Amino acid sequence: MDEPLIEFKNVTKRFGERTILDRVNLEVRDGHTTTIIGKSGTGKSVLLKHMVGLLSPTEGKILFKGKPVDRMSRKESDEFRSQFSYCFQNNALFDSLTVLENIALPLQQTTRMGKREIDDKVTERIDQLELSEVAHKYPSELSGGMQKRAALARALITDPKIVLFDEPTTGQDPIRKNAIFSMIVHNQKRFGFTTIMISHDIPDVFFISDRILVLYDGQIIFQGSYEEIDRLQHPMVDEFVKSLEHFQDELTGLYSKKTFTKVYERAVTTKQPGENLTVAVFTVDDLDGVSANLGHTTAQEIIQSLAVYVNRHFGDVGISNRSGRDRIVTILAFTDRAAAERLMEDLARDLRERGLIDIQAESRPAQSYPLSILAGLAEGKAGEDIDIISERARSVQKEIARFQCGAPG
Amino acid sequence: MLSLLTHIGRFTLRQLSEMGRMFLFLLAAIFLAFRPPAKIGLIIHHIKTIGVDSLSVVLLSGFFTGMVMGFQGYYSLRKFNAESWLGSAAALGLLRELGPVLSAFMVTGRTGSAMAAELGTMRATEQIDALYSMAINPIKYLVSPRIIAGLIAMPLLTAIFDVVGIYGAYLVGVGLLGVSSGSYFSGMESSVVFNDVYSGFMKSLSFGLIITWVCCYKGFHAPPMATGVSQATTESVVLSFVLILVWDYFLTSVML
Repeated sequence: MDEPLIEFKNVTKRFGERTILDRVNLEVRDGHTTTIIGKSGTGKSVLLKHMVGLLSPTEGKILFKGKPVDRMSRKESDEFRSQFSYCFQNNALFDSLTVLENIALPLQQTTRMGKREIDDKVTERIDQLELSEVAHKYPSELSGGMQKRAALARALITDPKIVLFDEPTTGQDPIRKNAIFSMIVHNQKRFGFTTIMISHDIPDVFFISDRILVLYDGQIIFQGSYEEIDRLQHPMVDEFVKSLEHFQDELTGLYSKKTFTKVYERAVTTKQPGENLTVAVFTVDDLDGVSANLGHTTAQEIIQSLAVYVNRHFGDVGISNRSGRDRIVTILAFTDRAAAERLMEDLARDLRERGLIDIQAESRPAQSYPLSILAGLAEGKAGEDIDIISERARSVQKEIARFQCGAPG
Repeated sequence: MLSLLTHIGRFTLRQLSEMGRMFLFLLAAIFLAFRPPAKIGLIIHHIKTIGVDSLSVVLLSGFFTGMVMGFQGYYSLRKFNAESWLGSAAALGLLRELGPVLSAFMVTGRTGSAMAAELGTMRATEQIDALYSMAINPIKYLVSPRIIAGLIAMPLLTAIFDVVGIYGAYLVGVGLLGVSSGSYFSGMESSVVFNDVYSGFMKSLSFGLIITWVCCYKGFHAPPMATGVSQATTESVVLSFVLILVWDYFLTSVML
């Protein structure tokens, strides 16, 4: 196995008598998105600040590419720190500087680049993060989402290898939350950095994470993938994760995974073992492309709008859940395949006729992008793993509606 | 009894370690001020905030201080039939003592408190942590330029305070109370020597250092909350005032 990028070995942090981190062991892998979840006040930010060197452990070791951070020479330490960028929870933009000056500051202060070179690089980043219109405004004049983008632009200006995000979606509405996650994924793919993030937003954050760390009572009680945490039968982890999950998915208003699973299990108990049920899966095709071309907010509005259609046509006979960034799964426990196909036809017709109205109304003449909605149906047996049936439905998905979003006129 | 001693001991140790931290903070700021690259732009910016922005309050207080000195000096000197020495008394009082001390008080109230509040807010909103995370030394970026600017701006402000004060005393003494204009200036010329100006200059220079050092330290280490910022601001003003007066006593005793 590859050497971890960052490794904590029995790291303990005490503030006076209070122990915040208690013999923490963790690994962060290069190129991955690692998310730290945990209740408020459990030391998540303290953990993150140890990674970037803002705090030092009371006991234990922090290794960067196998080398103890506390044994690095000054040059090595500067080099280590220069590979990190930190996106603070409240953005920490300098309120006496404009957005442009904020973004340029790290280059002005830490490199030998000339003014023109800095200006070119800052302008490029500002364009990439759609901040051109606010470049000369002060942070206090920007919306929360814009401030987040400005903070991200500042964090990315030095081409860091590792970006730390401390609760990047705090205080944002569900669409903006998912838009920010989408922006992080998009930029990670574009610039190739390793992401370490703190978030409470379950399940949204799971959809973009390669690895999840659960911090509980100052200790890491779980490290693994979304699939592993989903299947794990660990009472503390299970209880903890579920306590952070809401009854409904905030973005779509559909059932949360927790509720969805419960309702499915209850429905199954009323059926004979081996009796059939139908599962429908809806996907927004190429969501990352949609985000890049139509904006991250628009991409989330598309998901939200699709959920409205699914609920309108399947809400009376099925239970639905957003099972991924771009996907909705519906279980039709008492509907046979033929009836499900008829419902699907109705939904497709409705979608084609009425369109994703709000999205099409947000016309951007300069950018036009094709948007496809895919759907598939599959039958399964009562008691069968829902993920397996969903996967079968996904494999037979076909296009049910196509739009040209942002087209002129 | 033992508990009282424990409290006193703990308090003393706390104060001593705080003094040590303050001193190390100053050493770091001075050391980093000499480490390239020089922050010329930031120094000029802070000279403006300390100097230009405090100018109006220094002009006003200098003028009225001079006028009060005109009245009080005239009243005292008349008892000895020495009204003609009014110019000398006003100039010596202002150059050696009142100019440096009162202008330092004005700058503390006007700019020092703002400095502590600004750095305290930056601490509370993690802007100082942000600098550190960007590999920018926050002491070099935030503190050293302010200290250099304080060292440059404070003597200039004091000089302005002195000149305006002397003119204020002249207006009252000569214009209102009938002291001869010639004796006002000739008395001043004969009694003021270079050492008087030098003493005032050294005081203002050290007060500039005290104000920026104390206010930056308090703001920089403010507890990260709203009450922390207000507490840091109050402490910075009070401590600056006290240190200015104590240091003024020492300098006066040495340079008299």
